Amino acid sequence: MTQIRRGALAALSIAAALAVPAAANAHRQWLLPSATVLSGNDPWITVDAAVSNDLFYFDHVPMRLDGISVIAPDGSKGEIKNGATGKYRSTFDVQLSQPGTYKITNVSDGVGASYKQGGEQKRWRGSAADLATAIPKDATDVKVTENSRRLEVFATRGSPTKEALKITGKGLELEPVTHPNDLVASEPATFKLVIDGKPAANVEVEVVAGGNRYRGSTTELKLKTDAQGAFTVKWPEAGMYWLEASVRGGQSSIPGAERSAAYVTTLEVLPD
Amino acid sequence: MRLPIYTAAFTGLMASPALAADLELSLEIPRLTVAEYHRPYVAVWIENPDKTAVKTLAVWYDVKLKNQEGQKWLKDMRQWWRRAGRDMSLPADGISAATRAPGRHQVVFKGGASPLGNLPAGQYNLVVEAAREVGGVEVLRAPFQWPPKARAVSSAKGSSELGAMSVTVKP
Repeated sequence: MTQIRRGALAALSIAAALAVPAAANAHRQWLLPSATVLSGNDPWITVDAAVSNDLFYFDHVPMRLDGISVIAPDGSKGEIKNGATGKYRSTFDVQLSQPGTYKITNVSDGVGASYKQGGEQKRWRGSAADLATAIPKDATDVKVTENSRRLEVFATRGSPTKEALKITGKGLELEPVTHPNDLVASEPATFKLVIDGKPAANVEVEVVAGGNRYRGSTTELKLKTDAQGAFTVKWPEAGMYWLEASVRGGQSSIPGAERSAAYVTTLEVLPD
Repeated sequence: MRLPIYTAAFTGLMASPALAADLELSLEIPRLTVAEYHRPYVAVWIENPDKTAVKTLAVWYDVKLKNQEGQKWLKDMRQWWRRAGRDMSLPADGISAATRAPGRHQVVFKGGASPLGNLPAGQYNLVVEAAREVGGVEVLRAPFQWPPKARAVSSAKGSSELGAMSVTVKP
């Protein structure tokens, strides 16, 4: 978390303090692949990575690339090439040297704490390992939140495959029913949200279409997962879509901590 | 028990002329007045009425480029790529071929012979999809019945990347 959006953190903390729902803090993190459906024996994709309000325009802060990893179709670890960070966006390439589906992820885990010391309100962010030493012994009103956030995008050379789509069982994840690189405007797509590998029921899912700069309004769908964690998206039209869901509460690995887990992906829906 | 055996044998005999039936595609690639013209990539395939692909008959693309670089744009024939192309290994004998120039093209697919092979009896569409570099994409469909009892023609007409298309089946 701290590595991705330092600039947005202050805003996030304030939002949390004011008990504003997470959705109201509008800065969105996103990865945007140049293509998701590819042919040929040596295709590459280039990916933009940024944080902004409007999708998919880089006008706020770049995403840091430290946390990016690539999972190749055979499940092995791939690599990013030509990574660079500019004023508004980062960019990197991925060579699709294997046939099948690649998954590119940015997973961040962090801990946030608020406490009072001598009547003064204080905040801290860091890793779970540093938590014990970070909070002073005389601190009161200690409130700890464990945050996990997973961003993913997918790209497929040739036939879509499923090995790279396997969930890790940690945090909030998307378990595809419809393959994420097999999306067309005329066919609804179904996905499942899972938290620590179990169905995430009754979770709000926000789906936002990119390209709002050239339209009068923003296309946003609000969906909810069913008891099995499943939800179905009826695409209004072809295009790039940003999808986010987050879960508050539940089991934290840190005793007494509140838990917050988020999932974000960008999906390309092709015309028929 | 004799009668069913006789019937089966009789049907078998009847099937042979059907296997020899022809599927003939006549396709016009329009001459376009554009600043930068590239011949379109074209895929020809047979689909069921529910649009699932049965078999690919032809893929015209830049087969001669080094390192198979011409395959990079096969996915631009989006419908074919999703329904058939992405699961195929190209180049494929008798299926992949060079792109074709503007004009009228006649291609005959013979029943029982590759790539048409032995198509089960039924109602189908012959589908043609064209995708052009710095141009657009167009898909045309023409229905046909297989095996044909008599000569039958169906046609479709494109408006951008393809011109007139007709499919003739004959026993």
